[in-house]
Amino acid sequence: MAVELPKRDVVVVGLGAVGGVAVLPLAEAGMDVVGLEAGGWLRARDHAPDELFNNYRGWPESVQKANREIPVHRRSASSPDSPRGALHPMMNAVGGTSLHYWAQSWRLNPWDFHVVSETARRYGASRLPVGTTVEDWPFGLDELEDHYDRVEHAIGVSGQAGNVGGAIDERGNIFEGTRRRPYPMPPLRWTGFIEQMAEAARGLGWHPFPGPAAVNSVRYQNRAACAYHGFCDRGGCHLDAKNSTAVSTIPRAQETGRLQVVTEAHVRRVEVDGEGRATGVSYLKGGEEYFQPADVVLLASYTYENVRLMLLSKSPAYPNGLSNNGGQVGRHYMTHATGAGVLALFPHRLNRWYGLPAQGVAIDDWAADNFDHADLDFIGGGNLWVYSDRRPIAAARMPTFGRAPRWGSAWKAFVADNADCWTNCYLQKSTLPYEDNYLDLHPTVTDPLGDPVCRITADFKDNERRIATFVQDRMVEWFRAAGAVEIIRQGLGTMGPSTHAYGGTRMGDDAETNVVDRWGFSHEVPNLGILGASVMGTSGSHNPTLTAQALGWRSAAHLVENWSSIAG
Amino acid sequence: MADLSRREMLKRVVVAGAAAALPAARPAAVVQAPPASFETLTAAEGATLQAVVARLIPTDERGPGALEAGAATYIDRGLAGPLAGSREAYRAGLAALDRYAQAARGARFAALDAAGQDALLGAVEANAAPEFGPGAAGFFNLVLTHTIQGTFSDPAHGGNVDFIGWRMLGYPGVRTVVTHDLQRIDRMPPERQVSAYDFPAFSAARERRTRGR
Repeated sequence: MAVELPKRDVVVVGLGAVGGVAVLPLAEAGMDVVGLEAGGWLRARDHAPDELFNNYRGWPESVQKANREIPVHRRSASSPDSPRGALHPMMNAVGGTSLHYWAQSWRLNPWDFHVVSETARRYGASRLPVGTTVEDWPFGLDELEDHYDRVEHAIGVSGQAGNVGGAIDERGNIFEGTRRRPYPMPPLRWTGFIEQMAEAARGLGWHPFPGPAAVNSVRYQNRAACAYHGFCDRGGCHLDAKNSTAVSTIPRAQETGRLQVVTEAHVRRVEVDGEGRATGVSYLKGGEEYFQPADVVLLASYTYENVRLMLLSKSPAYPNGLSNNGGQVGRHYMTHATGAGVLALFPHRLNRWYGLPAQGVAIDDWAADNFDHADLDFIGGGNLWVYSDRRPIAAARMPTFGRAPRWGSAWKAFVADNADCWTNCYLQKSTLPYEDNYLDLHPTVTDPLGDPVCRITADFKDNERRIATFVQDRMVEWFRAAGAVEIIRQGLGTMGPSTHAYGGTRMGDDAETNVVDRWGFSHEVPNLGILGASVMGTSGSHNPTLTAQALGWRSAAHLVENWSSIAG
Repeated sequence: MADLSRREMLKRVVVAGAAAALPAARPAAVVQAPPASFETLTAAEGATLQAVVARLIPTDERGPGALEAGAATYIDRGLAGPLAGSREAYRAGLAALDRYAQAARGARFAALDAAGQDALLGAVEANAAPEFGPGAAGFFNLVLTHTIQGTFSDPAHGGNVDFIGWRMLGYPGVRTVVTHDLQRIDRMPPERQVSAYDFPAFSAARERRTRGR
């Protein structure tokens, strides 16, 4: 029998990048908030610069709930399951994956909110890809600007603004939407190699700029500035200079005395009453079952787990899963097309051994609708990103560009000569939602408790493949201009478990085609809010975290302002 | 910058000056193969594995390789902990490799000369070794993956002895503070080799991080 706990105003499921932000405006408004987190606390001392541990061991000392429920992917409803990975792309801990993410903190481009209407206006509605279920967002960038701004200052983002109040600054992203003020910190510095790439981009007539990062370029909120020593890709920061929610918004919410953090809590179901209102959540901790009642339930457990928890939470009111009487839960799934990368070999050392994935140069000239698509056979585009991050094991696993075998003396000589002469890049391309890309529960694969894991049925379509080729061509052009002597074009791959997973609980005014309303609250369950990239209806071509955080802040602020109508 | 020739660029690459603060970098030691005692593998398995890693990243005119770096020690230790899931694959794969060597060359793998070992490993890699049995390429890739991990990971994990792997790559070493001057392209950082767990901030985590599951 479950232990019934005292009722709270709000229970937040997941204290990661998004739940960890949303608790702050709730706690500051005086609400009684409990946050349930599947992982534990990790501290600065847990973040040794150790590549093997970070990148190959899957963070075993945090409770790895995620690694026991890795989603299973298949390309289509008639395809077999793809091989299942050994590690979940996300981690469990207070702060979640904001502990070990790259911390790139982008706003979306204005176009990403209005793909349907802007495509129709500029090129004609027939240019929307066949089979896409894309809709305009229920609001534009201007309506989210306030929340972007709040989050940038609450967690701390370094960057160079390109458009403050309509004044374009060529040191920043000239394509970004209008922002009310500059970033709270100047951008992370550039390396010699990054300068070389920026110079090459200028030579092509492009507009290079330093990307925004939730990493302190200077001391901020009494936390240290970045020391640029590296190991940040799947690595936490021992200086607390990376602005995970575990060091920024969560401690501040705790200081109000209104947030209780419960760690190692494995939430299994959202419970509802006979009228279809959420009553709280059931979870396991230390082998004990608990029921946490609350007036409002906020799900913030990442795209796959948000969808899985809803589909697992069947009840007489919602026989097909929570908030799924309209059959929309799991639909409109997307992952960023980050495959189709480019690897480049230079005839000289790059000194890329230090730095971090967020220390780099961006190109937005080929993103969104920042260039004319009239004579192209796709819509959307991609952001190009070259950065400074090299670790020894990854360096030794470098591609040999057809110049050496995979092992033996010839391999050893090649790697010894070239380990610091090559680079990759990061190309994030727009993805659209399609009729036949979706999430559901796997019919046979379960976690150790017997709950089915999430199943991904999805693959990239022609529009994404054409973007990938186009953006890859631009990247090759850029590397060649910077002096690269060998190039490898990588394959696009497919849409398996990703750190950039969107949709499944899409946000929109139309309850027939969306799970949550424009505020992130369920069209069917009035006191259920859903936070995270699962509510996003387009991917854009930039990292999702800041947008998901801004939306989460917006939902929390809406709850505070409309408490009695939502909490009932 | 883009049209610099390789020679011109090499001339510009000089190693920068003074090393930074604590902990003191360890001096280069006289390189020799570690003693062959194993925690998990049998002596016979260990000998075969030593011979394999010695061919994957050989000792040659460019310097010491995976044998001296202790890649086999890393794997042996790992099989008792984080790599335990691969224990059966090593038992079966090392036995199959010796069976294959006996069938093809009339001796255990470790007893063959380097050219003979390379020929057999090439066949295993290409899944072209019927005497090995199924899963040859998979076993090869497993050992190659772990040999690279053992040679190039932090020495706290049991391999990369005397920073052999990191020196092979020209990796300038783990630091906890990197100045702008250490990220130039015309001047490489001075080499100073330490384990991450030599830093006082992380020393307490050494055992937990390197031996735990």
